[in-house]
Amino acid sequence: MYEKDGERYFIVDGHIHFWDASPANQANKYGTGFIKCFYDYQQNLSPPEFKWSLEKFEKYSEDDLLHDIFEVGYADVAIFQPTYLTDFYTNGFNTTEQCAAVAEKHPGKFIVNGAFDPRDGEAGLEALEALVERYQLKGVKLYTAEWKGDSRGWRLDSPEAYLYLAKCRELGVRNVHIHKGPTIWPLNRDAFDVSDVDDAATDFPELNFIVEHLGLPRLEDFCWIATQEPNVYGGFAVAMPLMYTRPRYFAQIIGELCYWLDENRLLFGSDYAIWQPKWLVEQFVDFQIPDDLLSEYAPLTPDVKRKILGLNAARLYDLEVPAELDVLSVAEIAPARPAVGSEPVSPV
Amino acid sequence: MTTVQEVVRALAEVRDPELDEPLTTLGFVSAVRVTQVRVEVWLRLPTYFCAPNFAWLMVDGARAAVLALDGVQEADVRLADHFAADEINGAATLAHAFPGRSQGELTELRDVFARKAFVARQARLCEALLHAGRTPEEVSALRLSDLDPGPEVERCRTLRAELGIAASPRDPAFVLPDGRPLDGDGLRRWLRVARLVGLSIEGNAGICRGLLRTRYGLRDPEGAG
Repeated sequence: MYEKDGERYFIVDGHIHFWDASPANQANKYGTGFIKCFYDYQQNLSPPEFKWSLEKFEKYSEDDLLHDIFEVGYADVAIFQPTYLTDFYTNGFNTTEQCAAVAEKHPGKFIVNGAFDPRDGEAGLEALEALVERYQLKGVKLYTAEWKGDSRGWRLDSPEAYLYLAKCRELGVRNVHIHKGPTIWPLNRDAFDVSDVDDAATDFPELNFIVEHLGLPRLEDFCWIATQEPNVYGGFAVAMPLMYTRPRYFAQIIGELCYWLDENRLLFGSDYAIWQPKWLVEQFVDFQIPDDLLSEYAPLTPDVKRKILGLNAARLYDLEVPAELDVLSVAEIAPARPAVGSEPVSPV
Repeated sequence: MTTVQEVVRALAEVRDPELDEPLTTLGFVSAVRVTQVRVEVWLRLPTYFCAPNFAWLMVDGARAAVLALDGVQEADVRLADHFAADEINGAATLAHAFPGRSQGELTELRDVFARKAFVARQARLCEALLHAGRTPEEVSALRLSDLDPGPEVERCRTLRAELGIAASPRDPAFVLPDGRPLDGDGLRRWLRVARLVGLSIEGNAGICRGLLRTRYGLRDPEGAG
């Protein structure tokens, strides 16, 4: 819970990790390159006091995690988004089992999401079922650019992926977090393209599709899809730190998002340990659209911020929110609007 | 003999296809060496995992630009610190670099990003005119010859030519990415999407610049981030 100027905020950090990227666990140069890339994001887009040494960043402790997320980070609940990367890290980067081991020690603090990879075929479907049963999963995190042997990624609208989405529907795993990455075969496709989410969201209306990083660097395609698919959401990981380095730019991004999607389908996430929720929550609550942009964008009221910082995620994950921290209007989610500006133009 | 300056000028004509900015202003050219008729160019990117298809297009584009210079017989363009550097460096074609990894050439991919770039640049020009007090109706009636000349207008013209969109002085200044003209209302609706495209490219470019600075310990010319 965070409190400022008499306003109180229920905080759900919708995107955290507990990874092991230490040299001992790096399987090859790709594992080394991957964590270094994450590290540059932290170094480039964090206030100085929230920058770590590479050594700590590669492998931090459970105490660090609890301290940064809950003791100083204001989170009431945090959601583990596993990222397996078993081709890069011998024991995996951040698996469901590793997350669950921490979560089980701290009941009520964490939500553990699972993961699946449609390239695992029939055996993977059984493994998913076992994972869901064992950890009572309500969500999965998918990384479509994950390497697997000779393969460099997969699509959410493929027949193989649909088998898994149907399994999720059957098992009541409602929240599908999708993260796009840079490497994918075949090369004549854009790896960051989010269009595969479009068909999947249409064909699985019972599932919620949370596009992590707001589809960046394809924000326009993400907004385009989200206006037309009421079950598509945006996760703020990676985008929110821009309010520190480029506040005016961030104002435009959030202004556009509230215009295209409205504030009921946006979820806060720190992407810990890349960024830390403490400064993100503090700065976001203080953040306002600059005066000269208010003719184009709606102001960010405490209610809007409350929804983004926790209430929207609480709704997706059936979390109990103390009545005094809830916002009445959350209960009455506006129906999806007709696609704004959908005719006669598309993003490209 | 070709000079380093001539090589750099040639590289300034090669753009990151995603960001539509020259490799030179993005800081992606880290070294150039000229020895008689042979030119070596080193490129660097913001992350180890930057998309390999765009990396290929930049390496290939840089090589073609350097080879087009008078007096250059050999151009060795090398990508540094990238997961696919071994595959890309020294490969003559995409198929050599990544055998069996592409269904066809990257023409369509390049075309999609040229369209995005075109939409974003038109949106910037259009917003500037609206801010200056023109109405959407007036802006939609403008011809290319009505626009004040400048790099943005020039780039739009080049992109129109690349995309097969008419670009004579009498053609409408603002068109949809498929070349159809816009009326005042259409312009309003188009702009709502178009500036989102611009915002996306701008954000991406900002992140790329920041990561490149962090990765290589470069100074920030603007003193921020």
